[in-house]
Amino acid sequence: MTLRGKAAIAGIGTFNIGEAPGFSATENMAGAALRAIDDAGLKLSDIDAVFSATSAHAFPTLTICEYLGLRPRFIGGANTGGSSFEMHVLEAAMALEAGLCDAALIAYGSNQRSAGGRLVSMAEAQWQEEPYRPRHPISGYALAASRHMHQFGTTREMLAEVAVSARAWANLNPDAFARGPLTIDDCLSARMVSDPLTSRDCCLVTDGGGALVMVRADRAADLPRKPVYLLGGGMAQWHRSITEMPDLTLTAASESGPRAFAMAGVARDDIDLVMLYDAFTINTILFLEDLGFCPKGEGGRFVQDGRIAPGGALAVNTSGGGLSCMHPGMYGLFLIVEAVQQLRGQAGARQLSDPALALCHGNGGALSSQVTAIFGTEDTL
Amino acid sequence: MTQTTSGGPEQQFKAFLAQGRFMVQRSRSTGRHVFYPRLAIPGSGETDLEWVPASGRGTVYAITVNRKREGSHNVALIDLAEGVRMMSTLPSVETLPIGAPVHARIETLHGEPAVVFYPDTHSPDGGPA
Repeated sequence: MTLRGKAAIAGIGTFNIGEAPGFSATENMAGAALRAIDDAGLKLSDIDAVFSATSAHAFPTLTICEYLGLRPRFIGGANTGGSSFEMHVLEAAMALEAGLCDAALIAYGSNQRSAGGRLVSMAEAQWQEEPYRPRHPISGYALAASRHMHQFGTTREMLAEVAVSARAWANLNPDAFARGPLTIDDCLSARMVSDPLTSRDCCLVTDGGGALVMVRADRAADLPRKPVYLLGGGMAQWHRSITEMPDLTLTAASESGPRAFAMAGVARDDIDLVMLYDAFTINTILFLEDLGFCPKGEGGRFVQDGRIAPGGALAVNTSGGGLSCMHPGMYGLFLIVEAVQQLRGQAGARQLSDPALALCHGNGGALSSQVTAIFGTEDTL
Repeated sequence: MTQTTSGGPEQQFKAFLAQGRFMVQRSRSTGRHVFYPRLAIPGSGETDLEWVPASGRGTVYAITVNRKREGSHNVALIDLAEGVRMMSTLPSVETLPIGAPVHARIETLHGEPAVVFYPDTHSPDGGPA
């Protein structure tokens, strides 16, 4: 028994990506859900499972079901921060395969940019951190970056290369929020926020909703869009607070990645698109290492000379990522939206040449929750 | 567990701090320390924890400077000699190299007693505590 290829993404939707004053988080989530259901060629009444996690709702599945008039028979949606949605696709595949539902909606919505212009979080303070006033979430990532630089000789220029590569992809994406020239020097001279991370090492703060619809593989073949199959998924989490992360240069992606690859039965070299949760530039470097795309400690040198930029050897974050496309607080669902667009061949000027396999890696908390999902086209089944 | 005060390990730790004492927990059977204070050693589960005075000696494991318009302060992770790690701050310096030796003091931060650290080479009282 395996979940490999048993379920597929049949519909995707986004709503109000960027800046949408006057819209609530619920409206942005519902708008995306309506689009995803329409994209799948289904009706609201077809949806019988709902998964959601947001920073704006204590009970997001109750909210979205009430708003859209859904009456699901299966409900999921644990909140592991930005990685929640890579987990939800695995949960949805399980529920679909078990016959607990027939059409699953996974939805997210935020209006954090218009509501306050900063990351909104309901997360409780960690008492052992609180006296020292860390700034969440950046302090944890800055501490990890400081340690990576110390241990492996990673430089601010290498971090900047991640941001510059993401911007180059965003410049090919008309839906990206941050477009225009960006140089290494621009990044190095940007305002320092939390050493060694400048404002250019940090993701955007945008509004936006996103949604996915998943069905079993046999049904997906009869729906209008080219199905994108879930081939593998893996989870791992080791800590909540950055104080409890055993080694700040090694994330639990080193476990979630191999678990996902084992289920998918594909090799790392076969991956055509790598979507990494780039809330900060150090993330991209850590996840490239921990997912095995380069040796531990070499991530900074790996990204140099445009290797992950358009035209580079490895396509990473082709939407422009959280750094330059969009980041409405919990970004993980949008990694999958981009992967689906690429695997369908709908990515416009940034379209990769006939990609078959995409890896999406979600991150939540302070490098805490790590979830990897691998998707493929029909040819990979 | 030595019940020097009421409440859970978090409240007991804070009560010690209010008395000017930096205490950590140690398992009687394994000798292993744990921080932040808990009901059991994470992973292995020993509950035979007793409070012991922390040596106060440590080194900087990682550090960042949180820069805001209203002022900057550093946030550091300190590896204690007991083999545990804690978040803290170094109030006497803007930042410090990773690996630098430091020692603990209890000071008032935001109205509450807290463990902070000073570089061994440079401190208001001229050396290790």
